[in-house]
Amino acid sequence: MSRPPRRRAGRGRAPGEPRAVGYLYVLPALLLYAAFLLYPFGQSVWLSFLHWDGLTRATPAGLDNYRDLFTDPELRAPFAHALLLLLFSSALPVLIGLLLAAALSRNRVRGTTFFRTVLFLPQVLALTVVGVAWRSILAPDGLLNDTLRALGLGRLARPWLGDYDWALPAVGIVGTWVGTGLCLVLFLAGAQRIPRELYEAARLDGAGPLREFRAVTLPGLRPQLAVALTLTIAAGLRNFDLIYITTGGGPGDATSVPAYEVYHRAFETNQVGSAAAVGVALTVLIFALTVTVARLAEGRRP
Amino acid sequence: MTSRFERGVTYAVLGVFTVLALTPVVGVLTTALGPPDSLDTGFSLPTDGPHWENFADAWSRGRFGTYLGNSALVAVAVVLLSTALAVPAGYAFGVLRFPGSTALFYLFVIGLTLPQEALVVPLYFDLRHLGLTDGYAALILPQTAQSLAFGVFWMRGYFRSGALPVIEAARVDGAGSWTTLWRILVPMSRPAVSTLVVLTFMWTWNEFLMALVMVSDEAHRTVPLGLAFFRGQHASDAAPLAAAAVLIALPVVVVYVLLQRRLIAGVLGGAVKE
Repeated sequence: MSRPPRRRAGRGRAPGEPRAVGYLYVLPALLLYAAFLLYPFGQSVWLSFLHWDGLTRATPAGLDNYRDLFTDPELRAPFAHALLLLLFSSALPVLIGLLLAAALSRNRVRGTTFFRTVLFLPQVLALTVVGVAWRSILAPDGLLNDTLRALGLGRLARPWLGDYDWALPAVGIVGTWVGTGLCLVLFLAGAQRIPRELYEAARLDGAGPLREFRAVTLPGLRPQLAVALTLTIAAGLRNFDLIYITTGGGPGDATSVPAYEVYHRAFETNQVGSAAAVGVALTVLIFALTVTVARLAEGRRP
Repeated sequence: MTSRFERGVTYAVLGVFTVLALTPVVGVLTTALGPPDSLDTGFSLPTDGPHWENFADAWSRGRFGTYLGNSALVAVAVVLLSTALAVPAGYAFGVLRFPGSTALFYLFVIGLTLPQEALVVPLYFDLRHLGLTDGYAALILPQTAQSLAFGVFWMRGYFRSGALPVIEAARVDGAGSWTTLWRILVPMSRPAVSTLVVLTFMWTWNEFLMALVMVSDEAHRTVPLGLAFFRGQHASDAAPLAAAAVLIALPVVVVYVLLQRRLIAGVLGGAVKE
């Protein structure tokens, strides 16, 4: 990158005047970003309108690959699973986080740093490591079944990840484990920034804990709520690592999700066009949900 | 301010969630030190002393020594490259005005929500066509591009929030934009840059899908990939598998414990400022 002229750039210009030198600073980043992110995304869109097995000549597919998303049960199921998993990886953590933050913010807690460090820990671990750990908990002779047997509930024990009905919720619980700490840390920090006077005023007005929560805590946490939902929704839909390590989409296709389906179709069953369509649809879904959350967060702000 | 009972409940609730957060982590740790010949696929406890040989086993038989080297190389390259590119770009978007800057910035913001799943398929065919798959470049370049989305967003926010008075002062002293950036702003912005470095390192170190698709030979495997293959081949070797998981998590967890406040603030996109 060439060095912009030293002196002239700073002198004799109004502070807000547009300066073409800005392009030079942006250019290197933009080139790499365009080549390895924007361009491949464009190619994904293009591939999604083709039938291609990755080897022979591709043929135009029109909207076939997208139509399949709605008509083919093998493609509808992953999206249904993904939405169900969002209840576990996004809704449940946000709900638990809110309840706990509401209960905990009334007290000054000592050792905040310790609790925050531990509760946030699941966020920094590689999902492959998380998957390995949870396989050991959900295994037929794993911690969960051992605990159930020790409690005399042995008849509830089952091979969680191999059970057609229970594999999806079992994977979902792992998502809950990953997301809850994030929400809790976020809400606790947010609740501490709500002015104490608001609580005092609410109490003077005779508000009980429930009304206090609805009138003070919840509105006060709106920005954090939006961040929590955005982060957990995006993470919950990009759950390839976890599914690959824990179930591989099985048993049958009981835990197949769009993120896994992209890999499976492109690199295992040679349906590259269809894989690209799933990837694009996943992007649209993430965008739509993110924008909805942002709209809700802004629209309701006083 | 509140009753003793209520405080007791508060700590009890926090305690329960602490235990829940730690159980899988502690389980992996004890299994990693447990008997190597255990056939239990669940967690196990060390019997007759910790079995450190599990780590040696993962290191040599599991080849995690090689994988850790690969992961370190890729992570360092991605961190250096993306930081070196994101800082000037964030500077330009944050404080220099030029036509089209808003639109260009939004191009980078799009990358924050774009899932890898929508990129990885064409990237694989492109890079294979260029003969770059099964090499470090196939791991470094796409991940640098993805890190740039956050990096540019993060540095722009930083330069916007507090740098303007300093820039005005530098301008009055006759410093050009280049001098202002490297002599004044970069040294000043060390906290923001180090947060970016730590986050980029963590995300690259933990990355799995890109590595799985781009690398098929053993020589270029990164640690998460190594773990997945080791699990596939030695599913019954719970102890060395757990030891490998510990080796993967350790560098990130150490950095996290040292810099937790900054790292949490970064993950939450600056939503938690204290």
